[in-house]
Amino acid sequence: MKTRSRHWSQISPISNALLHMGFVALSLLFVLPVVLVFMVSVSDGDAILKNGYSFFPETFSLVAYEALFKDYSTIVGGYAVSIGITIAGTILSVLLMALFAYPISRGDYPFRAFFTFFLFFTMLFNGGMVSRYMVYTQVLDLKDSYMALILPLLIVPFNVIIMRTFFQSTIHPSLIDSARIDGAGEIRIFFRIVLPLSLPVLATMALFSTIAYWNDWFNALLYIDSEDKYPLQYLMRRVINDVQYLRNNITVAAQNPELMSKLPDQSLQMAMAIVGMGPILIVYPFFQKYFVKGLTVGAIKG
Amino acid sequence: MTVPAAVVIVIHSYLPMFGLFIAFKNVNYIDGIWGSPWVGFDNFSFLFNSGSLWRITRNTVLYSLAFMSINLVLSVALALAVNELRNRFLAKFYQTFILMPYFLSMVVISYLVYAFLNPTQGFMNATVLERFGIDPVFWYSEKEYWPFILILVNAWQGVGMGAVIYIAAMAGIDPEYYEAAVLDGASKWRQIFHITLPTIQPVVIIMTILSMGSIFTADFGLFYQVPLDSGALYPTTDVVDTYVYRSLLELNDIGMSSAAAFMQSVLGFVMVLATNAVVRKINREQALF
Repeated sequence: MKTRSRHWSQISPISNALLHMGFVALSLLFVLPVVLVFMVSVSDGDAILKNGYSFFPETFSLVAYEALFKDYSTIVGGYAVSIGITIAGTILSVLLMALFAYPISRGDYPFRAFFTFFLFFTMLFNGGMVSRYMVYTQVLDLKDSYMALILPLLIVPFNVIIMRTFFQSTIHPSLIDSARIDGAGEIRIFFRIVLPLSLPVLATMALFSTIAYWNDWFNALLYIDSEDKYPLQYLMRRVINDVQYLRNNITVAAQNPELMSKLPDQSLQMAMAIVGMGPILIVYPFFQKYFVKGLTVGAIKG
Repeated sequence: MTVPAAVVIVIHSYLPMFGLFIAFKNVNYIDGIWGSPWVGFDNFSFLFNSGSLWRITRNTVLYSLAFMSINLVLSVALALAVNELRNRFLAKFYQTFILMPYFLSMVVISYLVYAFLNPTQGFMNATVLERFGIDPVFWYSEKEYWPFILILVNAWQGVGMGAVIYIAAMAGIDPEYYEAAVLDGASKWRQIFHITLPTIQPVVIIMTILSMGSIFTADFGLFYQVPLDSGALYPTTDVVDTYVYRSLLELNDIGMSSAAAFMQSVLGFVMVLATNAVVRKINREQALF
């Protein structure tokens, strides 16, 4: 983004200082709940019982994390499912959406109007939760399969439109013409010229997909029955709705009764939340620079 | 090129559209979807007579309207403020924090809310209310607080993303407009009202039309997971989506849930068409289609 020189219309230093103070307060408002959860997760159980949740834990203790990571079958299994779904889903999703968005961005594509409407209509009208559930379970037989976690989030119409807008405004038609004169086919043009020029939008979409897959628990709630297929977020849902669930599922209990007896349920719960949000919070600031460029919402008219 | 994605769209979006006929059937697992008998509008009359329809529709629509208006005002205000920051580095820095909640799942957010509202150890009861000598509140069983809590949580999660969309739109404004305005002696406020806001208006309108389509749809995670599905809160937290989910998977009442889902889809469609028609009447250019 180019830096704008707007010295002639700048706000006064006092307003500027106030604005910054406002933003610092706002940033704290957005980050403090996470800090609170983190502090509880590293607090000692007795201190929590005595003082309640606090930003300043009296005693520091990693026992909750220790318990979580000693247990392979539950947490690590959930992690593995989530990572697998997220990687497979994101690659497939970005590729499929780009393959669809690129042709409808081209003025010379004969079915452009049809496919644009075909996509757009799904934003206006849908069959609803029940018939989707029926189609997934009765017609496609996806109950309890990983595919039931991947398929629902593959194509996000709104994101396809953002991609189309990006292709339209970034890829100049003469570039495609000259490539064609050099003898490149459509597939080659797409992979060799269009995609490399579209990194900002691809990165933005990859981030959106990653987050959607990583954070998804609803599809697991609907479709997944076997515990070894639970993604991390769904596992977390079970833990907050039923603290006992994790206790019962931690295999370490049998081997290490001493750890189990001093295991604080509440810091265990909150440690689970930290473990669940960790990767996303670490990844997303790196993608942020692509946002504004990749996210210009254009007109939807085809 | 378009074929692979088109297949996915057919499977995921178009097949379920045909599945809407389930609302007119008495589906049972023995006869399957196709073999089950037709029952006309029986499922709908059940839904109307159950007494839930009014509650879930009222809740869904009121929450949607509140979310739309509050988030719109807050995110435009936030975008305007970010736009005035001179220091680009700090602007990015603040944005990173403000946008963060958007990347958290509703499950994680339900943990954050629980950390504040947990009746015995939660921050609100154990620290804030205690300091002021107020008796602890059993948040997860007192329904009157939840409209405020849910609106707050929704804004907390969503305004950052809303603001980014408007910031992107503002970044496209030609600086010469402002230069000319300053030469004419326009104050900061006048610049905002006469240049910035009119320029982002089309984006605001597109976002509004699209969200009108989901006015009968609620964020399932927010209404199901954040109140931890607490039964005592249903009067103020039950929305069409949570109701459909519960009737489908917990009560196994396919008829009722499909009738509710049918109403939701059709009403949502009508809302988009209506909103678009109104926008078209006022200004043809800004309509969605």
